[in-house]
Amino acid sequence: MKFGVIRFPGTCDDVDAQLAAARVGEAELLWHGDRDLKGVDAVVVPGGFSYGDYLRAGAIARFAPVMESVIEFANEGGLVLGICNGFQILCEAGLLPGALLDNESLKFVFRQVQMDVVDRNTPFTRNCPPTLSLPVKHMSGRYYSPEPVQVVLRYAADHNPNGSQDDIAGVVNIAGNVFGLMPHPEHAVDPLTGSEDGLTIFESIRAAVDERVRVA
Amino acid sequence: MSAGAQPKHRELGLTDHEYDLIVAGLGREPGDVELAMLSLMWSEHCAYKHSKKLLTRLPTEGEHVLVGPGENAGAVDVGDGLAIAFKVESHNHPSAVEPFQGAATGVGGILRDVFAVGARPIAVLDSLRFGEPATSQRSRYLLEHAVAGIGHYGNSIGVPTIGGEIYFEPSYEQNCLINAMAVGLAPHERLTSAAAAGVGNVVVLFGALTGRDGIGGASVLASAELGEGDEAKRPTVQIGDPFTEKKLMECSLELLDRGLLAALQDLGAAGLTSSASEMASKGRVGLDIDVGRVPLREADMEPFEIMVSESQERMLCVVEPGRVPEVLSVCEKWEVPATAIGEVTETHSFRIFNDGELVGELPVPLLVDDCPLYDLEPEPPTVPLYVGGEQQVATDADPATILRALLASPNIASRRVVFEQYDPIVQSRTVRRPEQADAAVLALPVLSAATGVGGAPIPAIAVSIDGNGRRVAVDPRAGAAEVVYECAANLACVGAEPLGLTNCLNFGNPEKPHVAWQLSEAVDGLAQACRDLDVPVVGGNVSLYNESPDGPILPTPVIGMVGKLPDARRAGQIGFANPGDRIALIGEFNPSRDGSEVAKLHGSAPAGALPAKDVSAIRVAHARVREGVRAKDFASAHDIAEGGIAVAVAECCIAGGVGAVIRLPEGLDPFGEDLGTAFIVSGATEALDGLPIIGAVGGHALIITDLLEIPISEVSAVHAGGLSALLS
Repeated sequence: MKFGVIRFPGTCDDVDAQLAAARVGEAELLWHGDRDLKGVDAVVVPGGFSYGDYLRAGAIARFAPVMESVIEFANEGGLVLGICNGFQILCEAGLLPGALLDNESLKFVFRQVQMDVVDRNTPFTRNCPPTLSLPVKHMSGRYYSPEPVQVVLRYAADHNPNGSQDDIAGVVNIAGNVFGLMPHPEHAVDPLTGSEDGLTIFESIRAAVDERVRVA
Repeated sequence: MSAGAQPKHRELGLTDHEYDLIVAGLGREPGDVELAMLSLMWSEHCAYKHSKKLLTRLPTEGEHVLVGPGENAGAVDVGDGLAIAFKVESHNHPSAVEPFQGAATGVGGILRDVFAVGARPIAVLDSLRFGEPATSQRSRYLLEHAVAGIGHYGNSIGVPTIGGEIYFEPSYEQNCLINAMAVGLAPHERLTSAAAAGVGNVVVLFGALTGRDGIGGASVLASAELGEGDEAKRPTVQIGDPFTEKKLMECSLELLDRGLLAALQDLGAAGLTSSASEMASKGRVGLDIDVGRVPLREADMEPFEIMVSESQERMLCVVEPGRVPEVLSVCEKWEVPATAIGEVTETHSFRIFNDGELVGELPVPLLVDDCPLYDLEPEPPTVPLYVGGEQQVATDADPATILRALLASPNIASRRVVFEQYDPIVQSRTVRRPEQADAAVLALPVLSAATGVGGAPIPAIAVSIDGNGRRVAVDPRAGAAEVVYECAANLACVGAEPLGLTNCLNFGNPEKPHVAWQLSEAVDGLAQACRDLDVPVVGGNVSLYNESPDGPILPTPVIGMVGKLPDARRAGQIGFANPGDRIALIGEFNPSRDGSEVAKLHGSAPAGALPAKDVSAIRVAHARVREGVRAKDFASAHDIAEGGIAVAVAECCIAGGVGAVIRLPEGLDPFGEDLGTAFIVSGATEALDGLPIIGAVGGHALIITDLLEIPISEVSAVHAGGLSALLS
């Protein structure tokens, strides 16, 4: 299977996401100005500071030409993973409910945090263990949604780094094919650089895509 | 007399003597544009006129050196066709005026230096100094905003901030220090010079638009003491835009990867004036530049303003005429404005045009080489320069009380509250994060499924940054040497051998004899230590005039050192790992209290003498630690630094979350210091064979027999809260 990793101006974790995805499949970078998704099986919208995030985080990136194709891809049931800035962009694009507000501390926070996988029936978490240790690093990660949402990840007790509503760390859309999370699974794929827990998210996507292909 | 009544050259910081030299060199009076350019190029910041002669004492050659001092950043060979470029630079005065932007643009500037030589920045480290946070609201403000500024820039541009150091001393109250170091990775063939080459080649300016920000920053801020009325200087501080720099960085690296550039240079202090004249000087050519073609952010800028603007996020490159269209199209892809503004000539003159009209013409050597270099007039001080502070712990306090006070002191307490504001992991190379080891460790190859367990060794670099103003104040020569030993000791603890270092010399006003003496002695000490350990200096920076009306800062040479280790999977760590492991003391350790943290807590001034050192013993100890770490004999390794052996052992316990029982060698001062000489290591009994065992890992308390016993939970809490409790 092939992952496509979007690169906007100001994206920082694109190569990291590509390297992580390449551990379970093929992975290539997709340029923000191109509408062609090059036949990828899953899209990763990675972290960073697209367009500097000088406006609301993700507010400009949603207008990039490539996002039209990502929205179309998602509406057709394609798997889309948004990490950190990618999560913010997916919320701005209307693919996920809710919004990411500035951290309660009003400061950037980097921390290795524990979280519970509260829904392991999604294409993104089917191979995950019940808990994960992943790093977070963000300025605007406080998830808020006025409506009920399908929560996939919750920070463990005393591990909420940003004051998010109900300790929410990650959510899926109603159709279950678009997943956004603030923690960085792509930075937890090798014991040498921290933990390996994040790899299970990429493995889940791989398994889900393989199964679909078989069904098809 | 009002300032306006002064001759213009004096207002611009040139002495009458310097002005006479300019007139003699030109054979006429300089015009306005020329005088503005000369005043900057002849400023302390650009010309190093009080330090250049001293710096020739530093050894700059070594078997691993690829690029020595003189380029935007030095570089060392790390094998496999790869080079590491690195440099440390100060942004002290701008940060004292506006800490967020001052620190942010300090990071931006040093990153540009690194990608200007063709290296992709892979790490940032910082060395910070402020006044006492417990008593100074201003120092807390400066710290919080400088840290936010560093994070803002480094996090947004996607370069990990992997390490640093912070110290607090009263002498930095009015004059904080913000030194930033960047480390970059390049294949050898991408290393690029700033030397302009090829008569007829085109000069292209790319990056941000040029505005009035930072005009005269280098001369106004960096070359004179700070004093009253500094708020009025705020417009001379530049504003950072990491998003623009991110695009500029990717664009520059793509231009180099495609082999499109004959030379590349960043625009830093003194803007276009300095970067263009240095390119011309290095290439022994002339340049014609038309300021009328420079894209402006503000209309109606005067030619001299365009020439000296310090607007950030700009680069200058030299391109063969046939390749200009391709260069412009790469810039367009990255949404980076780019404009051809001039060409390389054979005249050895730097000519400035404004829409075709000649507005200035200066011989390049006059701009770059002819600034007079001054001899210092060093005199050791006859009275103490620094006083002691308030006594915070009684000299007869019991050892447990002293240890708690040391662990909670702002200079030793956990830096978590600071480093949690930085991204240390982006780019997926970070093998040791802050507080995991004495030096940061970055893997060189891209990590993948193939580099996992059982794969080939993963070569890595280790980086450390260090300085200790108190100890340099006690003895500038021995103190500066100690900083080098300490940095190398940090590298040894992760298993790395030094390849090269960069330095930033932060001192007071060199025209004052006692500051000149500190500077001269410190440079001698650095030079000696570099030779002792065979570590060459590949680049650096000097920041002088760090004084306020209360006097000079503590003399603060800061060293950034890069080393290599053969296998990242065997990188060392601080924390005790296994209950039952033995603890050994490695090195010839002769601690004393002068200039130590415990002396500071007792209210003593930094005075007296530092311990004498046996250099061959230092080399032996460092090699022993390096070997033990690389062989995985040592489960942990930590050098004994501020706070002495008691603090070092406590830090190993805190990082490992486990207790320890030790018995100090007869007569050893638990809190005395002797930096860079000795280590605490732990490992299985047989792995420590032949080493002096002083204790064992285990239990839930730190016990120093006959001296103190404190539960680890308390040791950790005191250490965790010391600094964070002072910050909001």
